[in-house]
Amino acid sequence: MTKRRIRALREKFVLITGRTTKQAIGMHKGKESEAYIRAVTRVDMSDHDMDRLGINEGEDILLYTLEDSIEAPVFKGNLPEGMLFMPMGPVANRLVGVDTSGKGMPSYKGFLVEVERP
Amino acid sequence: MSTLIENAVCTFCGCLCDDITVEVDNNRIVKTKRACANGRGLFMEYDATPRKPLIYGKEVSWEEAIAECASILENADNPLIYGLSSTSTEAQKKAVELADRLGAVIDTTSSVCHGPTALAMQTVGEATCTLGEVSHRADLLVFWGCNPAVSHMRHFSRYSLMPKGKLVPNGRKDRSMYVVDVRPTASSKVADHFIQIKPGSDYEVLTVLRVLAQGKKVDADQVGGVAIEQLQQLVDRMKGCRYGAAFMGMGLTMTRGRDINVRELFSLVSELNKFTRFSVIPMRGHSNVAGADQVMTWQTGYPFAVSFARGYPQYGPGEFTAVDLLARGEVDAALIIASDPAAHFPRGAAEYLEQIPTIVIDPEKNMTAKAARVFLPTACCGIDAPGTYYRMDNISIYARPVVASGRPRDEDVLTGIMEAMKLC
Amino acid sequence: MLIGIINGKVYDPKNNVDGEIKEIWIRDGKVVSAGDVDQSRAEMIDAAGLIIMPGGVDIHSHIAGGKVNAGRKLRPDDSRGHERKRMQLPQSRRVTRSGTGFSVPSTFKTAYSYVEMGYTTVMEGASPPLMARHTHEEFEDIPILDKGGYILMGNNHLIMDYIRRDEREKARDYVAWLLNATKGYGIKIVNPGGVENFKYKKNVTELDDKVIGFDVTPRQIIETLSWINDELGLPHVPHIHGLNLGLNGNFLTTAETLKGMEGRQAHFTHLQFMSYGGRMGKPVRSGAAEIAGIVNENPNITVDVGQIIFCDTTTMTADGPVQYRLHKLTGNKWFNDDVEAETGGGVTPCIYKKSNPFNAIQWLIGLELFLLIDDPWQVFLTTDHPNAGPFTCYPQIIKLLTDRDFRGEVFSGISKIAQKGALLPELDREYSLYEIAVITRAGTAQRLGLDNKGHLGAGADGDVTIYADLDDREKMFSHPAYVFKDGVLVAKDGRVVCERPGNTLYVSPDFNPDIEKEIRGHIESNYTISFDHYPVRRDELSQGKQIPCEVS
Repeated sequence: MTKRRIRALREKFVLITGRTTKQAIGMHKGKESEAYIRAVTRVDMSDHDMDRLGINEGEDILLYTLEDSIEAPVFKGNLPEGMLFMPMGPVANRLVGVDTSGKGMPSYKGFLVEVERP
Repeated sequence: MSTLIENAVCTFCGCLCDDITVEVDNNRIVKTKRACANGRGLFMEYDATPRKPLIYGKEVSWEEAIAECASILENADNPLIYGLSSTSTEAQKKAVELADRLGAVIDTTSSVCHGPTALAMQTVGEATCTLGEVSHRADLLVFWGCNPAVSHMRHFSRYSLMPKGKLVPNGRKDRSMYVVDVRPTASSKVADHFIQIKPGSDYEVLTVLRVLAQGKKVDADQVGGVAIEQLQQLVDRMKGCRYGAAFMGMGLTMTRGRDINVRELFSLVSELNKFTRFSVIPMRGHSNVAGADQVMTWQTGYPFAVSFARGYPQYGPGEFTAVDLLARGEVDAALIIASDPAAHFPRGAAEYLEQIPTIVIDPEKNMTAKAARVFLPTACCGIDAPGTYYRMDNISIYARPVVASGRPRDEDVLTGIMEAMKLC
Repeated sequence: MLIGIINGKVYDPKNNVDGEIKEIWIRDGKVVSAGDVDQSRAEMIDAAGLIIMPGGVDIHSHIAGGKVNAGRKLRPDDSRGHERKRMQLPQSRRVTRSGTGFSVPSTFKTAYSYVEMGYTTVMEGASPPLMARHTHEEFEDIPILDKGGYILMGNNHLIMDYIRRDEREKARDYVAWLLNATKGYGIKIVNPGGVENFKYKKNVTELDDKVIGFDVTPRQIIETLSWINDELGLPHVPHIHGLNLGLNGNFLTTAETLKGMEGRQAHFTHLQFMSYGGRMGKPVRSGAAEIAGIVNENPNITVDVGQIIFCDTTTMTADGPVQYRLHKLTGNKWFNDDVEAETGGGVTPCIYKKSNPFNAIQWLIGLELFLLIDDPWQVFLTTDHPNAGPFTCYPQIIKLLTDRDFRGEVFSGISKIAQKGALLPELDREYSLYEIAVITRAGTAQRLGLDNKGHLGAGADGDVTIYADLDDREKMFSHPAYVFKDGVLVAKDGRVVCERPGNTLYVSPDFNPDIEKEIRGHIESNYTISFDHYPVRRDELSQGKQIPCEVS
């Protein structure tokens, strides 16, 4: 994977995390299983955004929040523009903040991330 | 020689299907019938072989492990007991008892799931029903911020969309289904109508629906990216149905507004009862979390986020909820049962568990167990241990084991810890 | 283990003991005659100057199950400020459990509060059969007390089907099966047909209205279930919450329903809510005199009052339409649960204020029922906890009944509108301690068919409460000096001193096993759980006690 920066994106997207079938099935195999790790280390993006940003399927991108950054491959998802989806789990949770607005519930869905090519 | 067991109970999700046939061979489940992919995974991946408990990753005897747990909890000033989801009410009762006798904080996975739903119910109430009312009466279904096709895979076929019922003799044909979400999903694919809203706008859209339901006009063309006309159509459909059923999930509880979003939906459902009959069922997901709610409530008065530090239960969402406690470093020991916060909590909270002595009670050595000081491998309720479970609509079923077990049950381990601490 | 209680004044109405100084002996958990004991080995209690009664028996209270727990969850506001700390028991390592709640206390707090008031048996007013397991789970966490639950049947689809098809023998076998499957104690009827109709946004208002989809009437449902009760020889009688609860003018349907029993045994619950005179749209007035008159003429009828307490409480019933109406009236948060093929119900908070004319008249109605029904064996003390008020306020009601001056004082503080033309000032009657013993234990136990409870004759369970003889009856009944349960001292000076499991009382009437095939078919078609998982198994009760049926 090339580290050469073609273009620094740093574009903001809204990230939704949630269940997927593969993530759930991977869970049954164990969270150290290849199936699970692969299931939770991925990002879905709309094909329109992927085309616009010149990203190919399977390429890695970096996602940043104030908490941390992660690197994951991108796949075409049936999503509106400006939205990303990641399966719930330990990879996505590195980006989720601990603020619960006094309710106990962090913001697992609908928070802003910055996207950059690695 | 394999055996067939009928009417086994799948304890994976809030559907609590009790019509599963399992084929058992050599004490392993080798085949299932009627189980969804999640149920199949639960039944077939489980190995009931007894395992030894671990302290710092090394095998020890059960006596040593229990003694270490007792020591950790005795030396803690503010221990946290967390989880309680994928276990029976028999075990949940013991967990609450331990917290009470210790003066600990106890929280359940509700806090990162339907805790906001509980807060909404406590503010405005909840008009609900059992799933059979949906199967037999509901001619209109509204799924808001949830994706049963992925999270509760037999929901459509067993309870909501497909079943032929007393007043719904043609099943699917007699029903209208709406899905409201921020993106198309496997569930929206099977809906008659999909309303896509902008992320973070559930509150505004629901408020407008309430206004329209009261027959008032809204001075706008759209809200949350949805045309008012489309919302008016939904409202008319809701007011004109025979029996409406709404289902809601994390799309409301995990987004901006949290419980306030749910409050708007619950208020809308209550108000629709002026015109017709309408109910809402929260899509409880994680195994027996509905049971944990019930047990916590009948024993303490509160469904989650309870501190016993003063000698009596105190309710504190935001204060005694696990993510907050861990993020602020306010607890000095943790007993995690029937859940995996290392995988499901924000990293900033999960990593704190590695800094304090942590005990994990679970059938599998999950992510939390890997960094825990003590791991106690117990039986899996519904597979090799019996137990009472509550469905998402609060109907309870007693699940009998389908394979033999050499493992202790969660409730026995918790009792053992209390006995070691001379608490009971 | 032998206990001798001597020098105390005993009130044991079943055995006609009215304040005699008498000895009570308890051996191995049972009351025995003095002649049967070796007094030298007894632990003696000198009850000189004290009053001895059987342990209290509450015939109708909502303490356990889905609806009650929804009420607890709904009301963290009811819990805050009403906490009970866990406590170490004297001379023991044991520590009681903590709890919260004023009108909807958590399970342990419920148990301790009842016991600390001298009650030893409490009957849960209503349990949907499909959720009986939940009721029993909560019972397991209500220690010390003996308890049982009435099973809701008045809107049950299969029963209504059998009635429509004129197959009452099958209905009888199904009811017997259902009581076995739910480990229930008796038949409960709530707004028969009305709860089903509410699922269509309708109700019933007359005994001959039709139930949608079944074409049967409330009258038929009551008649059939009361015939079944008799056929099965159940220890209790049909426990009835009739039509039009809470509505102006409902005394008319209540009167019709009472008379409609035509001499058959029945118990009408929280009658205060059913005794409103006047008419819809007009100001409410009391219908207690008319209703009391009918009760007096019909010795086959017993009632419990459901006396209003001026406080902030929580209403909860299986009567779905009533709860919805109350929500619309008060604007308070509303919980509703429609239960498939069986019943429904709801919860909503409610404040009874003495300055509110309607609440004040409700309060008057309850007291009038107590004072106008002549025979204390026909009228029992309840608040339909928590609907009219929390059970912890029973001592207040006892004071109102035994002290007419106090009653007058409280009367003068209620809404002036309600005071105008009220009957209460003319009612001089004061209940004696003997009569209080009837309406809180002897009468209720008898009506429940609990032969070993509510009295202190030989063979009775060793459930005994000893009170100080205080002029202030509210204080007296709030803090008994001693409470024994099965001959074990469980409370002293108004505080729990020993915690042990109580029994769950249930019945197992016989039925023709052929009925199971039809029931299986019904459950598989109409419910969303399997026939196999529907019943509560005996081993799910850690301390179950079967009470026999007496088929004639």
